[in-house]
Amino acid sequence: MTSASTPVIEGRALTRDYLTGGGFFGRAKSVRALKGISFRVEQGKTLAIVGESGCGKSTLARIITLIDPASGGELLLDGVPVDVGRGAPTREMRRKVQIVFQNPYGSLNPRQKVGDMLMEQLYLNTDHTAAERRGEARAMLEKVGLKPEHFNRYPHMFSGGQRQRLAIARALMVRPKLLVLDEPVSALDLSVQAQVLNLLADLQDEFGLTYVFISHDLSVVKYIADEVMVMFKGEVVEYGPRDQVFGAPAHDYTRTLFAATPRADVESIRARLARKRAA
Amino acid sequence: MGRLLEIRNLCVSFDTARGPFRAVDGVDLSVDEREVLAIVGESGSGKSVGMLAVMGLLPATATVTADVMRFDGKDLLSLSVQDRRKIIGRDISMIFQEPIASLNPCFTVGFQLAEVLTAHMGMTGAQARARSVELLAQVGIPDPEARLSAYPHQMSGGQCQRVMIAMAIACTPRLLIADEPTTALDVTIQKQILDLILQLQQDHGMGLIMITHDMGVVAETADRVVVQYRGKKMEEADVLSLFENPQHPYTRALLSALPENAKGDRLPTVGEMMGASQ
Ligand SMILES: Nc1ncnc2c1ncn2[C@@H]1O[C@H](COP(=O)(O)OP(=O)(O)OP(=O)(O)O)[C@@H](O)[C@H]1O
Ligand SMILES: Nc1ncnc2c1ncn2[C@@H]1O[C@H](COP(=O)(O)OP(=O)(O)OP(=O)(O)O)[C@@H](O)[C@H]1O
Ligand SMILES: [Mg+2]
Ligand SMILES: [Mg+2]
Repeated sequence: MTSASTPVIEGRALTRDYLTGGGFFGRAKSVRALKGISFRVEQGKTLAIVGESGCGKSTLARIITLIDPASGGELLLDGVPVDVGRGAPTREMRRKVQIVFQNPYGSLNPRQKVGDMLMEQLYLNTDHTAAERRGEARAMLEKVGLKPEHFNRYPHMFSGGQRQRLAIARALMVRPKLLVLDEPVSALDLSVQAQVLNLLADLQDEFGLTYVFISHDLSVVKYIADEVMVMFKGEVVEYGPRDQVFGAPAHDYTRTLFAATPRADVESIRARLARKRAA
Repeated sequence: MGRLLEIRNLCVSFDTARGPFRAVDGVDLSVDEREVLAIVGESGSGKSVGMLAVMGLLPATATVTADVMRFDGKDLLSLSVQDRRKIIGRDISMIFQEPIASLNPCFTVGFQLAEVLTAHMGMTGAQARARSVELLAQVGIPDPEARLSAYPHQMSGGQCQRVMIAMAIACTPRLLIADEPTTALDVTIQKQILDLILQLQQDHGMGLIMITHDMGVVAETADRVVVQYRGKKMEEADVLSLFENPQHPYTRALLSALPENAKGDRLPTVGEMMGASQ
């Protein structure tokens, strides 16, 4: 077993370069999307990542989940260095680390019924019987707030928020050790969002799951995170325990972010409507 | 103020293996020029499907009926396919909920923007290119000139969403339907985008339907709010009354389900609260 001091996942000075251009007119040039990112997450903890759109969060998510190689730096899973640029990760590693992609539409196979999709995860990764697989898949659908009649539907027959929940259900089927969630509740109304966040919290308590949670929603981050990392243009500008980051934000960008959060109080609405009438 | 869109008793049902499923059940809606109507409601309550019905973009398994569906005095249901196409994309445009699914992966961002501008605005290639750069800059894409030659998969989630927004506002439509337009954006860029849309609205008298689950966005943009639940309209109110004095238990539950209202280490869910309030 891993000792408490070995993080489930650790990044050391990770970088990632993308080649762009190279079409008709220009020569390919390289853009550095991650400029040396370091972090560590211990078992049963949640690291939340926030930052400007385009700052490199999804890029980092794909590196952590062994989908893309880093261009530089080191990634350690349970203390063991992994480099997918050199050799494909083992099936065991892949099972351990799951991802919920930012864009559920693109990550669900349009020709596969959702029940089959969920059962396939178990078929590939466990030796459960067919009846067990069916039962577990149905139970998981219910846990994310979907219904038994959804079992035989194709992904395109769902609403945006329902598809997002399908992606979460699929990732949870194999009981990963580390789950990277890229904007997993961005399409959910507050009610369903609460249900999903509670489910994640339950699983974390019960099985010690570790989460890397990317979100634009600061109230969600404040609720779910143990630690918060703020990224800006490919760099980490702030990183610390939740209460410290929210209580005493040190970087300008973090402060700008907090200040831009929309206000839903009646006084602010009144003021806005008055401005609109005056315009 | 002119009425732009008027819908009465809209119903949409889908054929499914288990028989018809009614996704939208007798919804009335209207929006005027220069008005912002927000639609909020539970995931799966028929918000997107209702608006896709207006756009005529539902699959063949959907049956759409309505007593009235009028845009600018024209009956959308009886228009020929050609006449409807002239309106859709030009006078009414939509920001789709899943941007990456509605951008074509095989063409560059610049090509897709230019296509909208040449088809609907009659621009030349050079004009369209210049306008595309301008639009990308307006939605806050850094280095817009260079980004014209990027493919959708080379952009971040929020950048794709902003390209989608640029495409939807490219023709300055008279009615813009924005389906969760800022879900992939951090709050600073969200603010920039909402300001941009509201400015267009002021300048051109555009009507706006904003589907969102973000009550902060509702508070900062809407004039009027419709609350939908399981295919039905539960409540409609001007924005101030809705926040001050929500009538329906679902609306009350929705407003109090904000994560900042968490008690203990679990969040209250609307189901629990509705159960408690009845
Ligand atoms: N395949 C690619 N080729 C070239 N550039 C890319 C590629 N993928 C991403 N980028 C660029 O790298 C930067 C970081 O992208 P990334 O998707 O990681 O951002 P993000 O923080 O997830 O943003 P968002 O919040 O909008 O989803 C962006 O500027 C993006 O345009
Ligand atoms: N092609 C289809 N076949 C069958 N049912 C469908 C189809 N498309 C959508 N539905 C169902 O119609 C209902 C309404 O879907 P819609 O996309 O309008 O929800 P929504 O209110 O936009 O939700 P969200 O907030 O999650 O996007 C959902 O229950 C969905 O499962
Ligand atoms: Mg992203
Ligand atoms: Mg929707």
